[in-house]
Amino acid sequence: MRSLTGNMTIHLKMFAILRERSGAADAELHLPEGADVSQAVSEAGRRFPTIAELLPKAAVAVNLDYSRREVILHDGDELALIPPVSGG
Amino acid sequence: MSDHADLIALQATPIDVGRTIAAVAEAQAGAIATFLGTTRCDADPGGRMLTALDYQAYEQMALAQMGRLAAAARERWPIRRLALVHRIGKVEIGQPSVLIAVSTPHRSQAFDACRFLIDSLKAEATIWKKELWADGTQSWVHPPHHPTTT
Repeated sequence: MRSLTGNMTIHLKMFAILRERSGAADAELHLPEGADVSQAVSEAGRRFPTIAELLPKAAVAVNLDYSRREVILHDGDELALIPPVSGG
Repeated sequence: MSDHADLIALQATPIDVGRTIAAVAEAQAGAIATFLGTTRCDADPGGRMLTALDYQAYEQMALAQMGRLAAAARERWPIRRLALVHRIGKVEIGQPSVLIAVSTPHRSQAFDACRFLIDSLKAEATIWKKELWADGTQSWVHPPHHPTTT
């Protein structure tokens, strides 16, 4: 059987304050086909309400590159929520 | 252009500064510039003392970013060899958290490339520090700026 259309799995990764407040480093998000980055971020906020207020300030990376929020996602993409960086 | 691979690493073990600098030495290089970032002994306004920093990275992305920064530096300056090494995990006060070393034919190129690399790494690389305080409290450092989103 083919998998149901309208359902993609996105691999979510969270770091630093977002990992600490959500209590999770990784999660899977299930989104309709054609969903964009901003829908995934909203879904992450619903799934982890403790980080929702921090998400507007987070950058997002899709498959290891910073991404704009209107970019369309594909099944199996890795989406990372990136709080302001502080290396060095 | 040198045919030596750049030394790019995130590591949980102490940075061997002498060995890393020696690794970028080369006969055609007349200059090696280094930047060593160390954990600064700090106190917050309430007098709370810092004891260490704890670094976390999105390692796959940070390593890819460091590789692109190295390539960008090589396009701008005649770099012979290059090392970009950042710690992850706990780094005690006074210990190195990041080391950049660049060898070039002449010193101005090495200084400029080294500065470009540390400034870009701090602005873009997916690495975060958590402050560990003497009273047992901890706080993530998240500057008010946003990372590059292009």
